[in-house]
Amino acid sequence: MSLGFVMLCHSNLDRAAQVARHWAEHDCPLVIHVDAKVPATEFAGFQQALSDLKNVQFTPRLRCEWGTWSLVQATKIAAKQLLKNFPKLGHVYLTSGSCLTLRPVSELQTYLRAHPQTDFIESVTTQDVQWTVGGLNEERFIYRFPFSWKRNRKLFDRYVALQRFFGLRRKIPKGLTPHLGSQWWCLTRQTLTAILTDPDAEVFDRYFKRVWIPDESYFQSLARRYAIHIESRSLTLSKFDFQGKPHVFYDDHLRLLRRSDCFLARKIWHKADLLYQTFLYQEQIESFKTEPAPGKIDRVFAKAVERRTRGRPGLYMHSRFPNWDWENGKTAVEYSVFHGFSELFEDFDHWLARRSNAQVHGHLFAPERAEFAGGDPIAKGGLSESATLRDYNPEAFLAALIWNARSERQVFQFSARDRQKITPFIASDSNARIHVITGAWALSLFKSNRNFDEIRNEAAVLQRNEVEFISELRALYARAQVKIWSLTEFLEYPIENLAEAVAHLPSATGPMHLETVPRMVQFKGFAKFLQNLKNQGMRAHVVGDFPSDDMELMSIKPASVRPYVVR
Amino acid sequence: MTALSRYRLRLQRKRFLLRAWRKSRALKPVENRTGHIRPRDILCFATIRNEMARLPYFLEYYRDRGIQHFLFVDNDSDDGTRAYLAAQKDCSVWTCAESYKRARFGMDWLNHLLGKYGHGHWCLTVDCDEFLVYPFVDTRPINALTDWLEASSIKSFGTMLLDMYPKGPVGAFSYAPGCDPFEKSCWFDSGNYMIQKNPSFGNLWIQGGPRARVFFADDPKSAPALNKIPLVRWQRGYAYASSTHMLLPRGLNLVYDEWGGEKTSGILLHAKFTDTFQNKAQEEVQRREHFANSKEYRAYLAALDTDQGPNFWMQFSEKFINWRQLEILGLMSKGNWA
Repeated sequence: MSLGFVMLCHSNLDRAAQVARHWAEHDCPLVIHVDAKVPATEFAGFQQALSDLKNVQFTPRLRCEWGTWSLVQATKIAAKQLLKNFPKLGHVYLTSGSCLTLRPVSELQTYLRAHPQTDFIESVTTQDVQWTVGGLNEERFIYRFPFSWKRNRKLFDRYVALQRFFGLRRKIPKGLTPHLGSQWWCLTRQTLTAILTDPDAEVFDRYFKRVWIPDESYFQSLARRYAIHIESRSLTLSKFDFQGKPHVFYDDHLRLLRRSDCFLARKIWHKADLLYQTFLYQEQIESFKTEPAPGKIDRVFAKAVERRTRGRPGLYMHSRFPNWDWENGKTAVEYSVFHGFSELFEDFDHWLARRSNAQVHGHLFAPERAEFAGGDPIAKGGLSESATLRDYNPEAFLAALIWNARSERQVFQFSARDRQKITPFIASDSNARIHVITGAWALSLFKSNRNFDEIRNEAAVLQRNEVEFISELRALYARAQVKIWSLTEFLEYPIENLAEAVAHLPSATGPMHLETVPRMVQFKGFAKFLQNLKNQGMRAHVVGDFPSDDMELMSIKPASVRPYVVR
Repeated sequence: MTALSRYRLRLQRKRFLLRAWRKSRALKPVENRTGHIRPRDILCFATIRNEMARLPYFLEYYRDRGIQHFLFVDNDSDDGTRAYLAAQKDCSVWTCAESYKRARFGMDWLNHLLGKYGHGHWCLTVDCDEFLVYPFVDTRPINALTDWLEASSIKSFGTMLLDMYPKGPVGAFSYAPGCDPFEKSCWFDSGNYMIQKNPSFGNLWIQGGPRARVFFADDPKSAPALNKIPLVRWQRGYAYASSTHMLLPRGLNLVYDEWGGEKTSGILLHAKFTDTFQNKAQEEVQRREHFANSKEYRAYLAALDTDQGPNFWMQFSEKFINWRQLEILGLMSKGNWA
């Protein structure tokens, strides 16, 4: 007999009784404190269930409330009783009614015998703590907390704010350095008696009565005064979520718990029959590892917290609908937009699709329909080509397209002729890589062979659309990676510029190189066309200063004019 | 949200409650076993009409998940549904011959029963073609979820309705009573959903899926809403406002995170598209007892190109495997429940 337990229970006493019996039958005495809120009949049943065990005792019942001194008080009473009545104990372990042992009791006993002078208690200074919730680390120790957080949240918060405002601070008793840690500890008789019989105990108790969540700091701080050797970790596996509430273990955690090699775990769901059955009643396989290794479980729960707080970027669903600019990534992965390229180069999207490993769509936002890659009427995830459906919520359309195909890079064409509602979204999306040739729309008008007054009106609309798009891209909130050429600038070094624009796309053999180039449209008469537009009062300024002679364009290459880079 | 609009919502909620009380007078108890309900039981509420074929599997599915008591409002069935339910030990049944539509599509009746019997319980309000899938549904019973929600101070659990359809025309597959409807109707659209926020009630309005794709491509605004909040820790004074799409008080509609994180959520698998669907569509159009004068059903009938019914299947349809697949696709989330 070298190990004894103090057990705090407040609900699901049937499970607590099973666990208590398990320990008692393995020669570990227990002193159990049951919350006074538990009905007397239930308590009587619980006592009855354990009445055949000589080494199980009960303390008088106190009313316990989470986060208050009552829990420490109950622990102290129970610990005193345990030490007094079982004088041969070497270690005292504090557990709750929803803890479960994961390894044979004999292994825990052996482990503690091998560490006779070690106190296993997580105990870290307030500066090192990251897990407390609500920002109350140091403040737990310097303010007073007379109001219940669970019942009087408003009063609690206001009183803290008041103390902050007036700079009221409590004096921390001499000889005490505040430490925090998991409330489930295992202390040596020596340390525990020193804490319980400290001549200054009254001072400390008075102080801790008004500290916030003293069960996470009372023993953790005082142990530092007396312990010979502190191992600052808990032998009980206990993980907390982002609200500061313990994660619960279920039947499907069995394998994880087994492999953790921890001695105890908290908190077990009271109906996890398989876990209780396995760890209490089945012959446990002797594990050869001696040290607990909760790394794998840590990762599972860290991931859960990450999912709850940061979520999956680019996902919009019924439990994740972030406010504008709180998306943590408007879309899931990077994608490319080519604006004006399909007007300048014949069959640009097919050429690009052949050259790269990306999925290259046509004009996704064309007024007639969404031009999916390969002319499909439907895209991954069930996105329809219907323009009405797409324009009903273009942001959802694009975000879904990128999310659905997040393993493959998406590329699409855009132009001033397309539906423009999407532009603020892509301009503010850091995943968008946008290459723009301004004024390329004039080429398709030039080819269109329509009535000139129609063309003139259309040109005005397209130019306005494009100017608006460009100003979105240059806006303060824009986060897309953008490269803009005017048509004239682009044509000065068309091949180099094209190579630059497509260089980032993945291809089967490393970065893309241009071995073939797509065919450019014919320019003969384009300068004249622009002049005609101008004569009609419509100056296509986004085209740039297009030379009046078509032949001149390809020959003059002034070195000073280089494409400019925005961002 | 101004004080005035808050007050308006309060009045609206009171109106719903008053309506529920008024409409409840038409409810006639057939079999009332609510005395057997124990304090921590999880209850299921549903309005039904002629569902003999679906009910056996419905009951089996939810009993297996750990629902302890079912409360049904039978809207004038004539196929033996009433007698069948009355014979089940864990069911209470009321009947009502009045208009489903005038009772706000059954919601008034259910609001009444929820207030009367659901207070303090976790209550699941579903149609009998809706099957709840929550994280870890294959290994944890539903009270594991509700215990956890309660410990996290969460009062309502959000889901999305996921329309399931077979490969091929809907009418080509026959559904045998008692069978799993998702054996054949196992396909769904994984990523074409559109979300908007409803500023007054604070809920999300979700549309999309196969019905929007096939029936409502030219009129997306009329596409059916897919957001559902079926699982609520009910308190007297709560009221469903429109089907189970939204509730009052509006805080219950905040089942989504607005700051980038994911809350824990589930899916309601929708077994609407089986071979009984076509008869149902025809009947409902005649009865004009559904939303917007059964506009939805009329759209379906208009879209039936063959006598076998619509075919929703396409090359990118996903085949249902389990909840983990839905989680990976982003149709539901574990949130921080691990």
